[in-house]
Amino acid sequence: MKIVVCIKQVPDSWADKKLAPADSTLDRASADRVLNELDEYAVEAALQLAETHGGDVTVLTMGPDEASEAIRRALSMGADAGIHLVDDALHGTDAIGTSYALATILAAREFDLVIFGSESTDARMSVVPAMVAERLGLPQLTFAGKVEVDGTTARIQRVTDYGYDEVEATLPAVVSVVEKANEPRYPSFKGIMAAKKKPVETLSLADAGLDVGQVGLGQSWSLVDSFAARPPREKGTVVDDGGNGGVAIAEYLSAQKFI
Amino acid sequence: MAEILVLVDHVDGSIKKVTLELLTLARGLGVPVAVWVGPGVDTAALAEYGAETVVVADSADLLNHPVAPKTDVLAAVVAERAPAAVLIASTAEGKEIAARLAVRIGSGIITDAVDVDADLVATQSVFGGATVVRSKVSHGVPIVTVRPNATSPEASAASGTRVDISVTPAASSTGARITNRVVATKGGRPELTEASIVVSGGRGVGGAEGFAVIEGLADSLGAAVGASRAATDAGWYPHQFQVGQTGKTVSPQLYVANGISGAIQHRAGMQTSKTIVVVNKDPEAPIFELADFGVVGDLFAVVPQLTEQVNSRKG
Repeated sequence: MKIVVCIKQVPDSWADKKLAPADSTLDRASADRVLNELDEYAVEAALQLAETHGGDVTVLTMGPDEASEAIRRALSMGADAGIHLVDDALHGTDAIGTSYALATILAAREFDLVIFGSESTDARMSVVPAMVAERLGLPQLTFAGKVEVDGTTARIQRVTDYGYDEVEATLPAVVSVVEKANEPRYPSFKGIMAAKKKPVETLSLADAGLDVGQVGLGQSWSLVDSFAARPPREKGTVVDDGGNGGVAIAEYLSAQKFI
Repeated sequence: MAEILVLVDHVDGSIKKVTLELLTLARGLGVPVAVWVGPGVDTAALAEYGAETVVVADSADLLNHPVAPKTDVLAAVVAERAPAAVLIASTAEGKEIAARLAVRIGSGIITDAVDVDADLVATQSVFGGATVVRSKVSHGVPIVTVRPNATSPEASAASGTRVDISVTPAASSTGARITNRVVATKGGRPELTEASIVVSGGRGVGGAEGFAVIEGLADSLGAAVGASRAATDAGWYPHQFQVGQTGKTVSPQLYVANGISGAIQHRAGMQTSKTIVVVNKDPEAPIFELADFGVVGDLFAVVPQLTEQVNSRKG
């Protein structure tokens, strides 16, 4: 089974993030860079499927030079190879353009499954997997809390507000996983050493056959008008319990007309 | 005046509150047209909140596949009626429908809006609520997903004229099949992202059995129950109730955080709540920075006392 995992390098999800004043894009220098946390679950899901059914795992990312660190992280977990789309013209590309770039690269390759994390912890839109499925005309098996493959059929539990839907499709398919799906492994020392020797293909826009008119900040179909830091919340009242904390809250809620 | 499409979010014909919020918002932008996918349309309820027209794709089969058939219906309605904008609830599925629609019809998309102005400038709250962004779709028919609780639903009667549309899903839209729906939500409580009040528990709850105290308070207030990632990762409460960066984002009128320290992971999911009440035994917990009202104390003493107070004040 051939699996491609789409990953993204993001600012550390535990750090405070900022927008760059010059062009309203993410200020990537404002925080440490890490492999998007949810993508670790996608890599783990792929590794487990490849271990069970045989096959190989390729990770694909689009991002600046430093994004190769995210590829190395996935390779050190056990992925077999990497593809890095890197080009200055990609700066500021929105979700529509990202899905175009990823889908174009995927369409030129053979695979049984494409696996994403269900969201990136910076943009948090959760739209790229659905967009890629739409562009490729492939079944969409997203928000999976559990992924299984049986012959040529993939089955997932799609997490919903009320519980989950059992959804199935014939391969190839596009999957996204939530963190309920598994427990990502930590790279071993052996894995980290082995990752250094694994192949990483670097592609420019031209190499990938991508149209420069469909990516980049200038081609974004939505524009930031303005942005500002949220004004800090007014400092509230904090009291010690002293045996009457519950009553104090009840009085506050009553004054605010909640009860 | 131009038409604004609103995709109705319903479960087996029961309309979710967010749809009424979207209709309320749409009235300020143009003429609201509700789009209903599946059987059991309730035109009266949609008319009551301002839908001049209700476009109905009355086919149960459209609901047997996730996401894509709803995109097919919306694309057909957009082609037929050329609306000024499309509003969809910013739920996991709503955002995916919007995503596919944006690619399909070649339009820009804005997700997680907390407001939309008359000139279709959307306000978003990003990076866990730390930054407020105003942006606008610059290409095609603007597609905006709006978070539940962005506005209060207000009734305003309109005609609600039913117009049927027959949509055969594209072959590529039916590749994924829903074979079973499993309802795991505990009955009676409002849905987490829609609830006006959310009562959450975190590491301080100490275990699965401790959540009975959280649920007790939630039920007294008619609230939904949420949990921090520490609590869901530990298996104390089901994953779908996780509030935070990797879980649900909620924006209720009132959020009560119990035994939650307030790491950015959690703040990202609840920072835009209108009023925040905190109970935590650690006075240094960062969650107190967000509190409109906070009590430093043991939640197992404070919360039951509060529950009793709420119940007696109601009586």
